[in-house]
Amino acid sequence: MKKTVFLGALTVAGLAAGVAAAGTLDDVKARGKLNCGVTTGLVGFAAPDANGEWAGFDVSICRAVAAAVLGDPSAVEFVPTTGKTRFTALASGEIDMLARNTTWTFSRDVDLKFTFVGVNYYDGQGFMVPKDLGVSSAKELDGATVCIQTGTTTELNLADFFRSNNISYEPVPIETNAEAQQQYLAGACDVYTTDASGLAATRATFEAPADHVLLPEIISKEPLGPLVRHGDNEWGDVVRWTLNAMVTAEELGVTSANIAEMSAGTDNPEINRLLGTEGTLGEMLGLSADWGKNAIMAGGNYGEVFAKNIGEETPIGLARGLNAQWTNGGLLYSPPFR
Amino acid sequence: MTTITDPPQGSFRLSMLLSDTRYRSLTLQAIAAICLALAIWYLGNNVAKNLAKLGLNIDFGFLGVPAGYDINQRLIEYTSQSTNLRAAFVGILNTLLVAFLACTLATIFGVLAGVLRLSNNWIVSKLMAVYVELFRNIPVLIWIVIIFTIMTAVLPGPRAFRGDEATASMLFDAFAFTNRGIYLPAPVWGAGSMVVVVTFLLSIVGVIGYRRYATKLLYDTGRMLPTFLPSLAIFFLPTILMFFIMGMPIGLEYPELKGFNFKGGIKIGGPLIAIWFALSIYTGAFIAENVRAGIQAVSKGQTEAAAALGLRSGRIMSLVVLPQALRVIIPPLISNYLNITKNSSLAILVGYADVTATLGGITLNQTGRAIECVLLLMLFYLVISLSISAVINVYNNAIKLKER
Amino acid sequence: MSDQTNNSVAFVRTEEVPSMPPPYTASGPVKWARDNLFSTPANSVLTIVALYVIYMILSGTMPWVLNGIWDSPSLSACREILDGKSGACFAVLTERWNQLLFGFKYPVDLYWRPTIAFVLFFFAAAPVLFFDLPRKLLIFTGLYPFIAFWLIWGGEIGTPITALIGVAVGYLVYSRLVASNFALGFFSGIAAAFVVWLVVGAVLPTGMIEEGSMRSVPSRDLGGFMLNMMLGVTCVSLSVPIGIALALGRQSDMPLIKYICVVFIEFIRGVPLITLLFVASVMLAYFFPPEATVDLFLRVVIMITLFSAAYIAEVVRGGLAALPKGQYEAADSLGLDYAQSMRLIILPQALKISIPGIVNVAVGLFKDTTLVSVISMFDLVGMIRGPILASTDWNGVYWELFGFAALLFFVVCYGISQYSQWLERRLATDHR
Repeated sequence: MKKTVFLGALTVAGLAAGVAAAGTLDDVKARGKLNCGVTTGLVGFAAPDANGEWAGFDVSICRAVAAAVLGDPSAVEFVPTTGKTRFTALASGEIDMLARNTTWTFSRDVDLKFTFVGVNYYDGQGFMVPKDLGVSSAKELDGATVCIQTGTTTELNLADFFRSNNISYEPVPIETNAEAQQQYLAGACDVYTTDASGLAATRATFEAPADHVLLPEIISKEPLGPLVRHGDNEWGDVVRWTLNAMVTAEELGVTSANIAEMSAGTDNPEINRLLGTEGTLGEMLGLSADWGKNAIMAGGNYGEVFAKNIGEETPIGLARGLNAQWTNGGLLYSPPFR
Repeated sequence: MTTITDPPQGSFRLSMLLSDTRYRSLTLQAIAAICLALAIWYLGNNVAKNLAKLGLNIDFGFLGVPAGYDINQRLIEYTSQSTNLRAAFVGILNTLLVAFLACTLATIFGVLAGVLRLSNNWIVSKLMAVYVELFRNIPVLIWIVIIFTIMTAVLPGPRAFRGDEATASMLFDAFAFTNRGIYLPAPVWGAGSMVVVVTFLLSIVGVIGYRRYATKLLYDTGRMLPTFLPSLAIFFLPTILMFFIMGMPIGLEYPELKGFNFKGGIKIGGPLIAIWFALSIYTGAFIAENVRAGIQAVSKGQTEAAAALGLRSGRIMSLVVLPQALRVIIPPLISNYLNITKNSSLAILVGYADVTATLGGITLNQTGRAIECVLLLMLFYLVISLSISAVINVYNNAIKLKER
Repeated sequence: MSDQTNNSVAFVRTEEVPSMPPPYTASGPVKWARDNLFSTPANSVLTIVALYVIYMILSGTMPWVLNGIWDSPSLSACREILDGKSGACFAVLTERWNQLLFGFKYPVDLYWRPTIAFVLFFFAAAPVLFFDLPRKLLIFTGLYPFIAFWLIWGGEIGTPITALIGVAVGYLVYSRLVASNFALGFFSGIAAAFVVWLVVGAVLPTGMIEEGSMRSVPSRDLGGFMLNMMLGVTCVSLSVPIGIALALGRQSDMPLIKYICVVFIEFIRGVPLITLLFVASVMLAYFFPPEATVDLFLRVVIMITLFSAAYIAEVVRGGLAALPKGQYEAADSLGLDYAQSMRLIILPQALKISIPGIVNVAVGLFKDTTLVSVISMFDLVGMIRGPILASTDWNGVYWELFGFAALLFFVVCYGISQYSQWLERRLATDHR
């Protein structure tokens, strides 16, 4: 690969990485690091802790992919992105995958040329109001002032909901969750709306969480999932099946606690294929045979990751709901590993 | 006749392109043109290759598609079914509105602070110095966030007005200051109100005419007419008379607390107030410095000469010092106006729907058309800036010292 | 005659009477207050209003500041300690101190590296800022960028050394050739530097140091106030030469070059910095060859540098215009060519006039570096608005954090503007 003089100088300065134009998978392997786009900070999904370590539900997906590809869950470079910059960052190759609670929509998939590899969280947009407002349904919100966190599909859903119910409202678009929350708590808006998971996460940090209620209406479908660029199907497969491996592991009862024991070989052929003791699934993906084992070891199976970051034991306290396994009445349904 | 600088006549050599002053500038410009063309080709080629690789294209078709989101403050008709282009126009008008308001208020702040800083009252001049230094040395972004936070935290929400033990109340039952905005009574135009308005406009013309006449009389005959009280009388009396003659056609609609918010009256939204005030007080500090420098630039001799002619201090200021100081003040003042317009792009921090928030914010997020949106955004600001620059140039030419 | 005088007066005092103290209303604090605070009724009203304003501000903030809690692990714990009383939770500053200064990703054990770079910065900047210091110190200023680069990013020592060698060789070539022809010297110098970089760069073993005290830190991990400082310093120092070139180009009598410069300057000055940052974050990536990704930090540096170069160009243009025409004519009459007259006669004087203006642009630019928080870089403001306010521990602390950020910027910017005023007085050689 011939580089221009300018880029040569930059590369000497260590500020630009000359990336071979081969597949993303080879790039990641050559680089030894996965560049994963995340949000700039949403507790439970992706936020740096006091020590500067990224943690959260989306972050775990990144780590699992890094573990599957590189065998090391810490070989991830987290790139914080805003609602504005995320798609460009992915399209221009700055990041290899985007796990930034991004809603899978038609236009993003088709028009913007991204491939959503699956859904890691089924969300929906909800409303939070102060309890003393005495509102029990979103349909009673005629004339209310609504704080919105911009940069997601939120604005559009909100407009659709109020229009279809023929009631009026006044939107106040706010850039960050922290500022929106300050506006809401100061009474500058009556309602705060964003994804229900985000509302729960926000309410968890209030001084008096019990003074605020989430309204029963969920006004949109928000399948959030990781996405990659169009046209690189090998890489898309890697991310897709890493996610599927986490889901399948929960379904089959493979946890980070028993995985060492199970990877010695079990009676269940699907577990064996998943963990690489049987079949050549890893080879087909262009990964090592134990890719699935590494991915699950990174943070546990889907259920463990959920419980650790956003589950009912955490301050965020989300129930599994739609995100339960299909066997438990949820929507998680991974294609079989065979 | 030949001089020594005349170039030797003779055959053209290639080295003359660089060494001969006749050709050198042409050569250099040719090189520059080639470099420019190469750079444009290189960048354009990269963009084309990148977009082709991603299967994307530059397409402004999204502007005609319904935007799908609502905007809280709109000066023209707009619903969520309007196009992205219309959303951009709503944003442009909002930008222009806040820029205009902030320029006005910043000028008031700046002139006040600049004049007070030169006051011989020690504590006031020091206070103004603190104000100027504090605002000039802290980023506008931090000020915007701080002022927005102060506003929402200090002003009561509409909920505080409700109930028996309301913690806040309306001023004169007509003005409500909430952290969602300020609500004012709105005029209700009844029959015959047109006459009152026309009378009012005519009386403004009358005031200007009277002032002109007084100045002319002063210059022609030296007789001085009182201006302040007569102007005031011409300004108010006819309108008030006409108002009662027509049977008080203009009423007021008071804002009332209904449902979640105040209804009726005029609402000035909280985000608008926050960004308006923040930009004004920030830029006011810069304008104060311009005003101070302008006044100090007028040499002391001018003041003394005017005093020697027997002018009172107020007239020295208005007739001698200010006209000269304005020459120094106005060009940087206009460039400060330009800064206000550009800084209004930070309105997204307070949730104000300016053009950066609509076209460069929500539209960009929703359509993902980053290149197109950013290009349009830059084009808009460029047009505004160039128009303001043109105004500066016209003014500079007009006030150029006419040397005789 | 004198006798008569002596005789006609009964008593002549021979020693001076000690002067009476002035009436207390005409001296001391009372007179001062009367002159400065209560000279006219209007003035008195102003004074009282001002005192009331000061009282309001102080009574509102002082209890809060004095009652501040400096040690607590989280906001809720802090509120518990305060127990309903008004008081600040400065504990967030102490707990997140390092994050505010260095960002949240810079390795903790390497904080000494940017700290040293910061301290050295003063030594490097001193000879530029104060003309009285020995000129030899400028050598250190020249070396500083390479030292600072290596300290902050770490990695192979070869990288900065290669860059340094390239620059040194370039300068050597330039100083050899500049005597005969400036343009030749200039371009050969640049060419020589590039040759050295490419040759040495090809020979140099690649690979970053991953461990140890000088291990490389990716620029994505830079953050906090350090990022503001770095952006400010880098962009200002890069934009001064570009700005001078643009100003000269704008004055040029070659129409094409003049128009390129005019269009560039007016374009950049006409758009807000934030749109340029959007360009850096969402568009610039498309302008580089498809096979390369350029660091966000570098893209932002490019855009901010272009931005401040346009402003500096206008300041320098003012300086050039302020020079009397006689200087240009004198240089021409000495037979100096364009490069010589600019280098030896015009620019030294024009730059001297423009220095306060350049410093003003630098202050403005330094403040504007906070805008990078809008494009998801974690500078000081970005750290506050992002990770710190989003964390469960410190969700809801505003005043303390933004007050701290404001204070930090105020100290730096006020310092620079005081320097600028000092410089203006120093350089004021005209009599006023």
